Amino acid sequence: MKIQVLGTGCAKCKQLTANTVAAVEELGLGVPVEKVEDLREIMKFKVMSTPALAVDGRVLSAGKLLTPGEVKALLAT
Amino acid sequence: MSLSVIEQSNKPSPCCANPYANLKPGAPPESRALVTAVLLALGLGAWAAAYATVKPLSEWLAFSALGLAHGSRLGESVAFFLYDTPKVLLLLTLIVFLVGIARSFFTPERTRAILAGKRESVGNVLAALLGIVTPFCSCSAVPLFIGFVEVGIPLGVTLSFLVSAPMVNEVALVLLFGLFGWKVAALYLGTGLGIAVLSGFVLGRLKLERWVEPWVYESLNASAGFEQERLGFTGRVGKGLEAVREIVGKVWPWVLLGIAVGAGIHGYVPEGLLASVMGKSAWWSVPAAVVIGVPMYSNAAGIIPVVEALLGKGAALGTVLAFMMSVIALSLPEMIILRKVLKPRLIATFVGVVASGILLVGWLFNAVL
Repeated sequence: MKIQVLGTGCAKCKQLTANTVAAVEELGLGVPVEKVEDLREIMKFKVMSTPALAVDGRVLSAGKLLTPGEVKALLAT
Repeated sequence: MSLSVIEQSNKPSPCCANPYANLKPGAPPESRALVTAVLLALGLGAWAAAYATVKPLSEWLAFSALGLAHGSRLGESVAFFLYDTPKVLLLLTLIVFLVGIARSFFTPERTRAILAGKRESVGNVLAALLGIVTPFCSCSAVPLFIGFVEVGIPLGVTLSFLVSAPMVNEVALVLLFGLFGWKVAALYLGTGLGIAVLSGFVLGRLKLERWVEPWVYESLNASAGFEQERLGFTGRVGKGLEAVREIVGKVWPWVLLGIAVGAGIHGYVPEGLLASVMGKSAWWSVPAAVVIGVPMYSNAAGIIPVVEALLGKGAALGTVLAFMMSVIALSLPEMIILRKVLKPRLIATFVGVVASGILLVGWLFNAVL
């Protein structure tokens, strides 16, 4: 399982990374959360708003600061 | 005091029992919507009651409870602050809530789909209009820019959107309406849209594509982006509450600061003092306002109380409007972000064209009104 947070480094993107790390810990997944900050890399995911959350290369959420609970729900499915 | 009223009426408090808890897990969506509708009606009722008590309460506080004299400088400043703070915050909460609901119908992806394949002139107008309702944050400016360009939306049309999105601010619009009436609000809306349409059109004519960083065009491979989830009535109301938490939670210190500055101007700056500096007869005041306003960056909600106080002291409407537009439309953080996809020359042209548009609006208003 590859978890990536896409964002150029704005406050919301940092917060989403923190929330995702918290969710991964609570679920006990034991996988790292990768932060994608390079714009060209972000554009490969075809998102038009950041921050975004991608799992195994598939975008699950974009343009929204998810709470740790919401990240957990997304990761659980 | 009124602050706590806002929080009670418009924010879901985690302490209270979940109003949806009584519904059975398999309950039809209609009963969920009914609970939402009842809660919404209660919230709006509490809002209206709070709004109606703002004026008498603030006057009683300033002149009776604090014992300040009518007409004294301190008294007028304090009364201005006590009246404007709850009023502006209440208006802001309601507006942000309603706009949050409206925005749940527009996503950047849907806006892009509407704009794709439109002719340049029609595209500029549509882009400016959609700029008002599409959720936009300056940190998303670059992905949005690329997303627009990669489906073949012309550069000028994309720039119309990027001008209109911050400049025609729904919060500013409704606050202007609430504080000065519909005429000023309509002027702001009309001229803001006009500047966005025209500057995008002019920039499109200038054929500036070569000043876009080349990698933007290299990475073009247009395809469907991310699909947003479907929302019901309850989901949309939830979006509105989310917007209130996010936006009001972030801008309220700026609003308080803005009102404090406004209150100071209101009480201590003599009537008519600004008429010579910022009045109609001083033609140079409009460019001066733009030059001062461009590097400044404030939230729309924070700048409006200052606008209110300046107008009250004899500053001309065109000058004040030009100042406000240049503060909120052109911001340094957004320019720095856009630098990743646009070369400095294009950014400079962009700022120049938008600033000229604002300048014209300022002069136009001072000449007509």
